[in-house]
Amino acid sequence: MSAPLPLLQVSGLTKRFGGFVALDNVDLHVGAGERLGLIGPNGSGKTTMINCISGALFNDMGGIRFDGQDITRMLPHRRARLGVARSFQIPKPFRSMTVLENLRVPLEYAARARAGQRHIIDEAMELLESIGLKHCAQHNSAGLTQVDMRKLELARALAVKPRLLVSDEAMAGLSSAEVDEILEILLALNKRGVAVIMIEHIMRAVMRFSQRIVVLDAGHKIAEGTPDEIVSNPDVERAYLGE
Amino acid sequence: MFSADLLANAVVAGILLGGFYAAVAIGLAIVFGQLDIVNIAHPAFIIVGAYIAYILNSRFGFDPVLVGLLAAPAFFVVGALIYRVYFLAFERTGQESLSGLAFFFGVMFIIEVVLILIYGVDYRLVQADYIGQSWRIGFVDFPFRMLVPFAVATALTAVIYTFMSHTFMGRAIQAVAQDRLALQLMGADPVRIKQWAFGLGIATAAIAGSLLIVIGPVEPSVGRLYIGRAFAIVVLGGMGSISGMFIAALILGIVESMVSTFAGPSWSPAVAFGLLALTLALRPAGLFGRR
Amino acid sequence: MKSAAFWGVLAAILAGGLALTAVLENEYYYNALYLILQATLMAVAWNILGGFTGYVNFGSAAFFAMGAYTTVALNKALGLPLPLLILAGGAVGGLVGFGLGYLTLRLKGVYFAIATLAMAIVIETFISNWTYVGGARGAYMLTPDQHLWFNSYIQMLFMVMLLLTLAAVAISRMLSSSRLGRGLAAIRDDEVAAESAGVPTLRLKLVSTTVMGAMMGVAGAPFPYFVTFVDPVSAFNLFIAVNAIAMPMIGGTGHWIGPVIGALLVGSMQEIVKVTVSSELNVLIVGVMLVVFITLAPQGIVGLVRKHWQRRKS
Repeated sequence: MSAPLPLLQVSGLTKRFGGFVALDNVDLHVGAGERLGLIGPNGSGKTTMINCISGALFNDMGGIRFDGQDITRMLPHRRARLGVARSFQIPKPFRSMTVLENLRVPLEYAARARAGQRHIIDEAMELLESIGLKHCAQHNSAGLTQVDMRKLELARALAVKPRLLVSDEAMAGLSSAEVDEILEILLALNKRGVAVIMIEHIMRAVMRFSQRIVVLDAGHKIAEGTPDEIVSNPDVERAYLGE
Repeated sequence: MFSADLLANAVVAGILLGGFYAAVAIGLAIVFGQLDIVNIAHPAFIIVGAYIAYILNSRFGFDPVLVGLLAAPAFFVVGALIYRVYFLAFERTGQESLSGLAFFFGVMFIIEVVLILIYGVDYRLVQADYIGQSWRIGFVDFPFRMLVPFAVATALTAVIYTFMSHTFMGRAIQAVAQDRLALQLMGADPVRIKQWAFGLGIATAAIAGSLLIVIGPVEPSVGRLYIGRAFAIVVLGGMGSISGMFIAALILGIVESMVSTFAGPSWSPAVAFGLLALTLALRPAGLFGRR
Repeated sequence: MKSAAFWGVLAAILAGGLALTAVLENEYYYNALYLILQATLMAVAWNILGGFTGYVNFGSAAFFAMGAYTTVALNKALGLPLPLLILAGGAVGGLVGFGLGYLTLRLKGVYFAIATLAMAIVIETFISNWTYVGGARGAYMLTPDQHLWFNSYIQMLFMVMLLLTLAAVAISRMLSSSRLGRGLAAIRDDEVAAESAGVPTLRLKLVSTTVMGAMMGVAGAPFPYFVTFVDPVSAFNLFIAVNAIAMPMIGGTGHWIGPVIGALLVGSMQEIVKVTVSSELNVLIVGVMLVVFITLAPQGIVGLVRKHWQRRKS
């Protein structure tokens, strides 16, 4: 029996900024409901990859297919409507709005096609509860603590009701307990059938979370495999520690 | 009617005009090109400079260009003070872009209205020996009232270019635009440097104003015609490039002169903005921009 | 403000206006009220793009003037009645707004603002060179004889402007609490994040510029009848542009009532100073108030009131 088509298929992706090649002919795929870790040293092209997947940047060469559809030249909001969500490394809340109102936007826009019968406010509250932010639903989003802002960032991505979530270093700079909190949220999300691409530098989280890991270095994919395979891969070690 | 001598005169007039435009734009090239401060009131300060030249020229007969040079230090101080206010109100709180813009819009408006209240809307001009005289080479005219501003503007550009690349303060100004943190680590105070830069920008307005009134009569709302020109030149030249700014100024001068000669002077205000629109649409980094 | 209360107030104001025309004869008051209402309409329109969407427009006078010149041109060509002229002015203003949005879509905040200024000057240059509507020398508009049941033409103009302004305020309020309005707010707060949340930013920005342009065009359409002589200098006046920005900023751009408060406050001050001190000085007021408010109270009067309430709560 042939394998089902992957949910996300990135083929031969190349992105240049002037003379600098950020991504060079990279292939990547994510199956439905899969947990993929994307790692690599700083400047290896991870964020550029996410930007290309989410549509914030358009790649120069190569193609991106989502659920069989070619989304290579699709604007970000249309990708969001299809079910591609991303969180931002540095949280970008809608500062004039409360936490609840922040969720309303993706629910009303990106998730509109997937809207259930229930009232949007109820859905938003439920989402906040699942992520542990219910207590600050009416607080202005600009005054949140660091970890709560990260949670809000994730909550907004969840409000898109995605089939693929790209989490961009959601755990950077958090305490060990906070890292576990975020990890649980992502695992719970995945259990509901959402594919997740996790970009992190915190290795224990990546190891625990990922079913498969892709390693980038200087714009190239240098390794791909299970966490155990990656850990014992000499190329990966070299990339991180240098020659 | 297309003739060689009409064309030659249009081009020469354009080059001379372009040189003057460089004096208009150089202050903005520093303040907007290097520091990203959208001082839309810069041309209004130029008009103030023009009026000061007018006052001292009509009262005491001082040479207008001299007045401009003498007034520059006072303008420097005013500029530094204005930056202080701008910094305290906007940069510190991170509101720069839009509130700062509206702030300068208000300042520009206030300057224009105050000038109208004091001097009315009549045109003012200056008297000097060289205004009215002209060189003639072949069939091309080099009117002194254009030649003198061209020379002064070119000298001004050269001085500032040298300043920016060869002095500590000049390099610090370029650095503060590119890497604020590194500058702070080097022990320099970014706020003081920006204050210096802004003061310098406004100081050039004093000189540009005196040149403006040499070229032709001035009234309070004339400044608005130069907003488009100044921004068009800075953007076309490339943010952060003084030499690029000069070349862009020459280009604008020549294009405007051609349009004015062959299509009519009532179309010249649109040229600068047309050029600006084209640049933003096709090559936003400008000719020599750093981005 | 609850819906019923809002519409009640609107109806009361409309009734009040009608009552005023029955008892007050002095034309001066209607002149002053017309100008204040015109400024309110412009401020409300500006705030849709400026306050709701976060894109600052410096060329408001261009939309206003396009509405005015549409009236001049159509009146000369077809002699249309005022209601149709207003519709036409709105349509032209909306078209210009749409064009502006389409051309400047990729420009970020500051560059967009400069582009609006550029557009205003380019349009002014074209109109100044268009002899059909008088070019730089201007055009005269005869005051029509027809003024319905009102005592004078200016009374009718006042009621027309009152109606238009109230309609604009109602539209602005509806917009701010609608899904569309929330999308615009998301664009204002963080355009990239809004796009990722599924907001079609390009489309919504176009809607915003078009609605603003249409409202401003509507504000300008009766202007030729009000002043009887229109020329580019008066129609494209910087004063109109400054008022359009300053009044919402002084009142508070975050709320639909901000521009109304700002316009009523500043507009009234301008009219009072015009009569008591000097007509040139009144122009200075708005500039000074803009600078003062923007420096000290960037959230405007609405912001100050909110802070006061919050302090009282705690």
